[in-house]
Amino acid sequence: MHDMSAHAVHHGAPTSFIRKHIFSLDHKVIGKQYYALALVAVVVGMVLSWLMRLHLGFANFAIPGLHLLSKNGAPGDIMTPEYYLQLMTMHGTIMVFFVLTTAPFAAFGNFFLPIQTGAEDMPFPHFNMMSFWVTFTGFLFLVASFFVSDGPTLGGWTQYAPLSAVGAVSGPGQGTGVVLWAFSIAFFCVGQLFGSLNFITTTLDMRCKGMSLMRLPLSAWAWFITSIMGLTAFAVLMPAVILLILDHVAGTSFFVSSNLVINDQVLPHSGGSTLLWQHLFWFFGHPEVYIAIIPGMGIVSHILITNMRRPMLSHRVLIYSMGALAVLSYMVYGHHMFVSGMNPVSSLAFSFPTLVITIPSTIIVLIWLGSLYGSKLRINTASLFGLGFISMFISGGVSGFFLAQPSIDILLHATYFVVGHFHLVMAVAAIFGIFGGTYFWFPKMTGRMMNESLGKLHFWLTFVGAYLIFMPFHYLGIAGNVRRYQAFVDDYLIPLIPVHKFITVAALATGAVQLIFIYNLIYSRFWGAPAPDNPWQGTSLEWSTATPPPHNNFGDKMPVVYHDPYQYSVEGASSDFIMQTSPEPVHSADEEK
Amino acid sequence: MAKLLAVTIVVIAIASAIPIVMHIWPLPQDISVNGHLIDEQYTDTMWEAGVSFLASQILLAYFIWKYSRPAPNATVKRFPGGAAALVIAAFVLVGTEALALGVFGAKAWGLAYFAPPGADAMPVQVQAGQFAFYFRYPGPDGKFGPLHANLISEANANFFGLDTTNDQDSKDDIVTAELAIPVNREIHLLMHSKDLGHSFYVPGLRVHQDFVPGLDLSIHFTATKIGRYEIVCTQLCGLGHYNMKAYLEVKSPEDFDAWLKQQAALQ
Repeated sequence: MHDMSAHAVHHGAPTSFIRKHIFSLDHKVIGKQYYALALVAVVVGMVLSWLMRLHLGFANFAIPGLHLLSKNGAPGDIMTPEYYLQLMTMHGTIMVFFVLTTAPFAAFGNFFLPIQTGAEDMPFPHFNMMSFWVTFTGFLFLVASFFVSDGPTLGGWTQYAPLSAVGAVSGPGQGTGVVLWAFSIAFFCVGQLFGSLNFITTTLDMRCKGMSLMRLPLSAWAWFITSIMGLTAFAVLMPAVILLILDHVAGTSFFVSSNLVINDQVLPHSGGSTLLWQHLFWFFGHPEVYIAIIPGMGIVSHILITNMRRPMLSHRVLIYSMGALAVLSYMVYGHHMFVSGMNPVSSLAFSFPTLVITIPSTIIVLIWLGSLYGSKLRINTASLFGLGFISMFISGGVSGFFLAQPSIDILLHATYFVVGHFHLVMAVAAIFGIFGGTYFWFPKMTGRMMNESLGKLHFWLTFVGAYLIFMPFHYLGIAGNVRRYQAFVDDYLIPLIPVHKFITVAALATGAVQLIFIYNLIYSRFWGAPAPDNPWQGTSLEWSTATPPPHNNFGDKMPVVYHDPYQYSVEGASSDFIMQTSPEPVHSADEEK
Repeated sequence: MAKLLAVTIVVIAIASAIPIVMHIWPLPQDISVNGHLIDEQYTDTMWEAGVSFLASQILLAYFIWKYSRPAPNATVKRFPGGAAALVIAAFVLVGTEALALGVFGAKAWGLAYFAPPGADAMPVQVQAGQFAFYFRYPGPDGKFGPLHANLISEANANFFGLDTTNDQDSKDDIVTAELAIPVNREIHLLMHSKDLGHSFYVPGLRVHQDFVPGLDLSIHFTATKIGRYEIVCTQLCGLGHYNMKAYLEVKSPEDFDAWLKQQAALQ
């Protein structure tokens, strides 16, 4: 038995507004701050995608008021080619970093990891507070680049060098815009490193009495695994962006080779390596997509178990599979670079683990399906989004078979097939995890229930809408439609424009549907029905404390854990669930030791 | 509502597969010698991925349909064989699938990247720069003259930075804005970038290779069908990226010779 609670951090409940709501040390407030940041970021990112889709579907479409955002970027409200790329870069950066990393990992993880482990708070609350505010500063840097003279960078969220490294000479936004982007990401990395350290230490060192590692819920495991990835992946991205900044401000040539000529002038750089950036970026970048999706897997597993009224077929297999994804994610990154000019033997070497990573992914899906079998499935908004997540993850996952193979990548690299693949498997699936988590945990976080009817409406329209947007991306890619084009002027792409119009209409409509969610969120926060402590009859520790939880999470008495996290439908038990804190004995074959 | 979700998932899965099965948006027509290997690999993968996709979605839908709204006295049933059966199934089915795809797919990749170009392959140089491709043929001497970055001048149309006054080998080099090649003749394309990262993608030719500044790369291919095809850039290179393209003209040997003479006269 573990008794780590003696090490718990004791900091008294704050009294002033600033210490309570702004510079708070409380992981729950920090979690909500991360959620609010992700919400603001996702609205910005979604509006950017609307603007991009309008431009792609209806060339030269005047978007009323766009010139207010940028006079140069949208003269007469019509987007210039470079402004399209600038908005696209901001869309990708905002979504990947400030939504898909912050919401499922930093927001929910901050709020619930300490509670699910039975801790009073994170071990380093000051680092935790800094983690949010540094991340927020990073966001401000990124947003600031909208307002500098030639706008944000146009280099895409991957910022391939030397386009990103040679400065304003390579195009609008490539000077100050890139530097602001790189500072933003550097801040973000620092924030996530602080956060990851806290997550890891909380999991290893702060568990309450009786909470063995195997008794942690799957969501806690997912955050734990993700935080280990965060520690190692962001630690590689940060030096990469620092070197990029130096190429701009200090005249270095880390990523720029000799004798490059722009505007008939030989650039004053020499000796750098273009591919170095790609290796550093993707060594971070591929783990990053798992940083975005693994918390979703944990959250969805947690939600579905509660709503299936049964534990997963195997708790351990799911944990090991998520761990395998994490380890393999560092070995597969080269599949982004099959045709990059690296040694073609490396392409085959990177292809193999990429094909192998389908095995743990398949195991996870099969465990979900096998656990649905014979369950007592409850349908509510949270479980709908959980089931939707599985469907999206399957749809986005199978296209990975194509992209894992260098020979097929010759056809599909840098096409909309890739865009469809990663939007379904990483973006939409992760967003479904966020939505599911929100509907599931909102009562605990705010003390009020969300409106279920609006939630279900939101689910249905989003589920169908997301497929209408992202399935056609695959067809476009198969036909050879290159991504990151602001217009389709090639003879063989012109016949595909009607598909782009269809996608645009679907994207605008599905985006508008998200207003239902935002309305539900705001309305329920203030006027929703008061939430009981355990509205879903859950078993894990967050449901055994008050709603919303008190400052130190559990009030006067620290919890003691007696069981595995998911004791549902236990034979001979007094009800269909036994909470982790219930001393009621369980004689179950499923009990992990 | 669960049943509606089950039906929706099945409808979406089937509807998603229809454009693939009907070839509504097919792969661009293959005009290369080795492209069929890639296409076969693609088709095999489509079968395996397609079956996995449909089977998993339908299974998901079926379980949602069947196990929601259970009778009040229903008990939880365990999947026959438990997790072990599923893990073994994943290792055997997906492992075999992945291994097979990896092993067979390596052949197409190897022909493109490991097999050297034939001794009689025709060398052509391509230079990528914001936002155009330029091509260079070695001329009658069969030699490319050296490049001088400081001599590159768009204004003087010296796109490659050739010194035709002093470099003997450069004097007969032929620089063009389109890539004309004889049909059924292997081409050895020598690639370099003038400025940034770009890419050389001809979908029909099943050729896709990035340009890496500071690195000389080469690819080889043989076109089998006379016609005019687009070469497009797929590596984001700046504001004109979408419009960075050139034409690949696959000609009969006679037409190609005539074209090359005509281009030589224009230098």
